[in-house]
Amino acid sequence: MKFINYLESISGIGIYPLISLIVFVGFFALVTLYIIKGNKNHFEKLRNLPLNEKN
Amino acid sequence: MELQKFQYDNKTVKMFAYATILWGLVGMLVGLIAAIQMYLPSVNLSLPYTTFGRIRPLHTNAVIFAFVGNGIFMGVYYSLQRLLKARMFSDLLSKIHFWGWQIIIVLAAVTLVLGKTTGKEYAELEWPIDILITLVWVVFGWNMFGTIIRRRERHLYVAIWFYIATFVTVAMLHIVNSIEIPVSFWKSYPVYAGVQDALVQWWYGHNAVAFFLTTPYLGMMYYFLPKIAQRPVYSYRLSIIHFWALIFLYIWAGPHHLLYTSVPDWAQSLGVVFSIMLIAPSWGGMINGLLTLRGAWDRVRDNVALKFLVVAVTAYGMATFEGPMLSLKSVSAIAHYTDWIVAHVHVGALGWNGFMTFGILYWLIPRLFQTKLYSERLANMHFWIGTLGIVIYAVPMYWAGFMQSSMWKDFTPEGQLKWQFLDTVTKMIPFYIARSIGGTLFLTGAIMMTYNLIKTIKIGTFLEIEEDEAPALTGEYQSHSKDHWHRWIERKPIQLMIISLVVVAIGGLVEFVPVFLVKSNIPTIASVKPYTPLELEGRDIYIREGCYTCHSQMIRPFRSETARYGEYSKAGEFVYDHPFQWGSKRTGPDLARIGGKYPDSWHYNHMLDPTSMAPGSIMPQYPWLLEDQLDGNSTMAKIKAMKRLGVPYPDGFEKIAMQEMEKQAKEITENLKKDGIETLADREIVALIAYLQRLGKDIKAEVLKAEK
Repeated sequence: MKFINYLESISGIGIYPLISLIVFVGFFALVTLYIIKGNKNHFEKLRNLPLNEKN
Repeated sequence: MELQKFQYDNKTVKMFAYATILWGLVGMLVGLIAAIQMYLPSVNLSLPYTTFGRIRPLHTNAVIFAFVGNGIFMGVYYSLQRLLKARMFSDLLSKIHFWGWQIIIVLAAVTLVLGKTTGKEYAELEWPIDILITLVWVVFGWNMFGTIIRRRERHLYVAIWFYIATFVTVAMLHIVNSIEIPVSFWKSYPVYAGVQDALVQWWYGHNAVAFFLTTPYLGMMYYFLPKIAQRPVYSYRLSIIHFWALIFLYIWAGPHHLLYTSVPDWAQSLGVVFSIMLIAPSWGGMINGLLTLRGAWDRVRDNVALKFLVVAVTAYGMATFEGPMLSLKSVSAIAHYTDWIVAHVHVGALGWNGFMTFGILYWLIPRLFQTKLYSERLANMHFWIGTLGIVIYAVPMYWAGFMQSSMWKDFTPEGQLKWQFLDTVTKMIPFYIARSIGGTLFLTGAIMMTYNLIKTIKIGTFLEIEEDEAPALTGEYQSHSKDHWHRWIERKPIQLMIISLVVVAIGGLVEFVPVFLVKSNIPTIASVKPYTPLELEGRDIYIREGCYTCHSQMIRPFRSETARYGEYSKAGEFVYDHPFQWGSKRTGPDLARIGGKYPDSWHYNHMLDPTSMAPGSIMPQYPWLLEDQLDGNSTMAKIKAMKRLGVPYPDGFEKIAMQEMEKQAKEITENLKKDGIETLADREIVALIAYLQRLGKDIKAEVLKAEK
C-alpha cells in the first residue's frame, strides 16, 4: 500500500511528454483532416438530429 | 422499412427534474447561510452541525452533486432517448439510478454535518458513500450504454459523445481520488500523502469541474439550445473539434490549482500550458452555441428559456476566459486564496449551470405536462432577478479578492508588513454582506421558478405515455468504400468510450507517474517526523471541523508570505500528511507555521471565543471542543493504518500509543494550568492544541540546527 517512491529514478522520463505531444498533435491532425475533407451531407444530417422529432 | 413503435420514459425525467429543483433550493439556501456566517458567525446557533466548516462542504456537495447532478440526469434521460429513438434500456435500472442517487445525497448531507469527512475538497464523502456512488454510477452507465445498443438511429449525435466522456472520466476520477484505507466505518485515510495527495486531489477537483459541471452541460447545450431555438447547431464540424480538444486538454490542467506551492515546478508548468490552450475549445464551444442563434435573436426576446440559455452560454464564455487567465502564475499569485476565486466559480455555477438548468426546466416542464408555462411574466422576473443576483454576488467578490491580495502584499516604506491579517479580514465585511444580498436575490428567483413550475404542473396533465416510431437498425452496417475512420468512432459507442478514456488517461499518467515514482521530486527532510498519537487525533479534529475551508497550510515563496508566516513550505514537510491540508482559501491566516507562535492558553481561549484573542475576528466559536471527550477508541487502528501507508512508526508503537497520548496530554494540561486554565486531559481541545502547536515545528528545528 505504500505509495511513496518505488524507484529512485526512471530512465528516459523525457520521452513521456514527447510521446503525449506526438499523440496529441497526431490525433488533432487527423481530426482536422476529417473535418476539412468530410462529407458535407453527412455533417448536415448529423447536425439536424435533434430536430428530427415529430414534436 | 417497417416502423417500430415505442414509448419514451418521461417519468424518470420528471423525477429527476423534481429532484433538481428541490436540491437546488436546499443547496442554495445552505450556501446563503454559509455566506451570512462570514459576517455573523453566530448564525450557526453555536451548534457544531451548522458551523461554517461543516456546511461549506455541505453547500458545495449539494450544489454540485445534488442540484447539477440531478440536472445532468434529467437532461441526459430526456435527450438520449430522443436522439437514439429508443426508450431507456431498463425501467428498473432507471429506478435504481434515481433512488440510489437520492440516498447518496441524503447520506452525504447527514454525514457532512456530523463531521464525517475525508477533508478533500469536493470529495469529502467517506468510503461507504464512495462505494455507493461507484455502484450507482455504474448503473447509470449500464442504462445509458444499454439504450445506445438498442438505438434506432445509427449515428451518435455530439451531445451523446459528451455524455459518454462524462461517464467514463468521472468514473476514473472518482475511483483514483478515493483510494483510501478505512480505519472505521466513517473514517479513512487516503493512500496518498502531501504533494502526491495534492496533485491527485486537484487533478480530481479540476476535472470534477470539467467533467461534471462542464461536459454534460455542453452535451445538454448541444441538444437543448438547437431544440428550443428550433434551428440546428451553427457548426457540427466545430462541435467535433470542440469535443476532442476539450477532453484532451482539460485533464492536464489540474496543477494550476497548485501554482507556487510545493508541487514540482515542471508539473505546475504543464498545468499552466494546457490551461492556456483550453481557451480555444472552450470559446469554440461558446461561439458555436451563440452562433446557433444567428438570425434568430428575435426568438430570444419572446422565449424566456432561450434567455436563460443565452446568459448561461455567455457566463460559460466569461468563466472559461477567466480560467486560463487565472492559470498564469503571475495572476494566480494575486488571486489564489482570495475571494476572487469564489467570484470565478460562482460565475460558472450560478451563470452557466444555474441558468442552463433553469432554462431547460422552463422549456421541459410545460412540455412534459402538455401545457403552457403558468406565468411568462414571473419567469421573466426570475430572469432579471437572477441576473442581478449574479452581478451583485460576483462584483463585490472580485473587488474583495483584489483588495485582500493587495493588503496582504502591502509593505511600509520601512519594509514592514503594513496590515495585520485581521485588518484584511474586517475590511472584507461590507463585501461579504453585499455577496449575501446577491445570493438572496438568486435564491428568490429560484423560489419564484419553483412556484411557477408547480402552478404549471397543476394546470397540465402529465404525458406519461409518449409514443414515437422509427425503423429498426438493420443488422450490419454497409460501409461504403470511402468511409472515414472517424465515422467508425461515431457509430460505435464502445470505441468512443475507450478512445475517450485513453485521451483522458494520458494527461493523468504523465503528471502522476514521475511524482509517485521519482524520489527527487519530493526531497525528504531529516527533521520531519511522524505525528504523535495525540497530534494525529488533533489533526482529525481539524479535518472534522473543516478548518481547511478557511485556513491554508501552504506558504508560497513570496516576501509578503515569508514575512508574515515564516519560511516557505517545502514538499518534504508533508510526507506524513494523509490527507494533505493545504486548503484553497485564506479567510483566516495560513497555519503552516503556527506551532509555537502562541502559548497553549492562547489557543484554548481562542477556540472558546476567537474575539477574546483577536477582536473583530469572524471565526466561529468552538465551545464543544472544550467539553467533548476525545474518542480514543480508534487511535490504535489509526496508527496501524498509518503504518500500512508507510509512516515509519516503530514496531509495536500502536500498543504504547495510548500511553504516549496521555503523557503528551498531561504536559499540555500542565501548561494550561500555569496560565490559570483547568481542563481535563482527555478533552478534544487538548489534542487540537497538540496538533496546532506541532505545525511547522520540524522545519523550525532544521533552521535552528543550520544556524548553529
